[in-house]
Amino acid sequence: MGRKILFITTDQQRYDTLGCNGGTIARTPVVDALAAQGVRYERLHPQSVVCMPSRSTMITGQHVSTHGVWMNGVPLPADAPSVAEVLHDAGYRTAIIGKPHFEPFLDPFARFAENTFAGNGTFGPHRGFEHFESATHGAAGPLHYARWLFATHPEAVGMYYPVLDGSLEVNAMGGGDTGAPQAWVNNIPKEWYHTDWVADRTISWLDSLAADDDWFCWMSFPDPHHPWDPPASEVGRIDWRDVPLPAGYIEDTTERERVLDSKPKHWRAWYDGRVVSNYEAPLTWVPATLTADQIRETTALNAVECELIDEAIGRVLQHLRAKGCEDDVDIVFTTDHGELGGDFGLLFKGPYHVDGLMRLPLIWRPAPSSRVGVASGTTVTRPVGHLDLAPTFCTIAGVEIPHWMEGKPLPIDDTDADARGFERVLTEWDSELFGVGVHLRTITRDGFVCTAYLPGSAHDGTEGELYDLNDDPLQRVNRWDDPALAALRGDLIADLWDHQPPMQLPLRGVEAPV
Amino acid sequence: MYGTVRHEIRIQRPAADVWALAGDAERLCEWFPGIVSSAVDGTLRTIVTASGIPMPEEIMACDNTQRRFQYRLTMPVFKHHRGTIDVIDLHDDTTLVVYSTEADPRAMALVIGGGTAGALRELKRQMELTTEGAL
Repeated sequence: MGRKILFITTDQQRYDTLGCNGGTIARTPVVDALAAQGVRYERLHPQSVVCMPSRSTMITGQHVSTHGVWMNGVPLPADAPSVAEVLHDAGYRTAIIGKPHFEPFLDPFARFAENTFAGNGTFGPHRGFEHFESATHGAAGPLHYARWLFATHPEAVGMYYPVLDGSLEVNAMGGGDTGAPQAWVNNIPKEWYHTDWVADRTISWLDSLAADDDWFCWMSFPDPHHPWDPPASEVGRIDWRDVPLPAGYIEDTTERERVLDSKPKHWRAWYDGRVVSNYEAPLTWVPATLTADQIRETTALNAVECELIDEAIGRVLQHLRAKGCEDDVDIVFTTDHGELGGDFGLLFKGPYHVDGLMRLPLIWRPAPSSRVGVASGTTVTRPVGHLDLAPTFCTIAGVEIPHWMEGKPLPIDDTDADARGFERVLTEWDSELFGVGVHLRTITRDGFVCTAYLPGSAHDGTEGELYDLNDDPLQRVNRWDDPALAALRGDLIADLWDHQPPMQLPLRGVEAPV
Repeated sequence: MYGTVRHEIRIQRPAADVWALAGDAERLCEWFPGIVSSAVDGTLRTIVTASGIPMPEEIMACDNTQRRFQYRLTMPVFKHHRGTIDVIDLHDDTTLVVYSTEADPRAMALVIGGGTAGALRELKRQMELTTEGAL
């Protein structure tokens, strides 16, 4: 019998939303306890800051340029490499429960397997997962959660915020107390909300296994991604009026706009509502209209969602404890990408490679019975990436790491990281949407974040961003053109291109907006 | 807001052969993955998707000379839609097929256009499966 693996992901969760990472708004005692027992990573960066490319990296262990899911709406081929398949072939029972999003969600022709299982009354298999049970951010669409809610509690279907508007654009409609975009009073009972459903279904699947089964379970919560519509019964946990503004928010408008103007021009263009370069932000919402109270309220609702996730994880862990197998389970907790969360006066996400979107939570609690040499409460400060997750799962399972994985098993401390060359992490952005193209390549190394801009509709390829994370942790001073850092910039860019795999050509087509 | 999407594919088959399938409104369901039926009544065509959605369409042009087929989806969600299939003879016994989608709202151009990309791949697969006129 080997080590069992519980891989927990959330969607669009900032690093600073966990207590163990310094967060002060959401209470996250369960994940904090996992960090105290295991390893907490302070510099996990995704290889993409949107869902489909990022999740494709998690399952393949590859850079975006290699797996080829270069923007949302590009499907990961059904026969793409999958760590779940590797583990399943090694005898592991495998499941994904919650949000998959390896394939486009807007799929009226039902061309993608993810969108067909629930309608067929089936649960996979798919991508190496023998059990594939899906959910997303509400009750719309063809996934298992939506079907379940419609069948069992149809009166609740319309309680969720409509994520898309009548034009199938990300909805800009405001709600809550402040009119913040995607804030919403959701009268759904907590027990019917998708967070609890994901935990319930995970427990149910775990109960279907034999005691001596080895298993890999990807429990994938759709929250705290917008819309910010947690069950109304839970909203009172945190009064938004008491929530401090995030450190990344610049209250003085003149100063905020000066900082935005020091960055490549699509930053200010989006802020002013002149260009929305990507589908993931509401088309008709103008960030310059965002108020401090709206940031407080969305931050509070986001924190409520984080608390619900923490409690749901706690229920699953309690169940494992009751079954007597928790000590045999490796638990890895992370998210697919971050959320701007009011930084620079912005919400949502897009081609903006700063900490709000790139610095992510990652906790690894090795199975206590494995006797891996991990000191409790270890912190790794060196950069790691999502592409290191799949090789880590292989190592936990005692399976040889396939040649197609491009990452390395996660380090267990900084000494291990230094010995195995965890020096840099790369992040890519490509989007081509209705005539607007943006292309970024980013390296994070030696305490600097350096982004090169490739030619696009708003950039000529000479622009860039360079931030000193030690002196400027909020990334307000763009030193790309600072002569004092010219040599460093050149070195980082050379290192970036030495390690950045070439994009697989021809580019695969964008088959839906998301 | 208006969106346009265009996909094209080169097929190793004469244009007349490709047009015999692609220009036949009733046979769309044979080569468009995710469309399970396509019924024609005069200038009205109704397709049904694999997810069970019926989509009424108006056939706007079926030009056997230019080998151009044009239609529009008439569902209320569309402020505008036009689908155009151009079958272009490259005069070397191969054919370029261009499938264009215009839509308002723009997101629908991507949603429908994603399906058309798969349709072109399937059209090529079927046409190149046999070089005889068995279609």
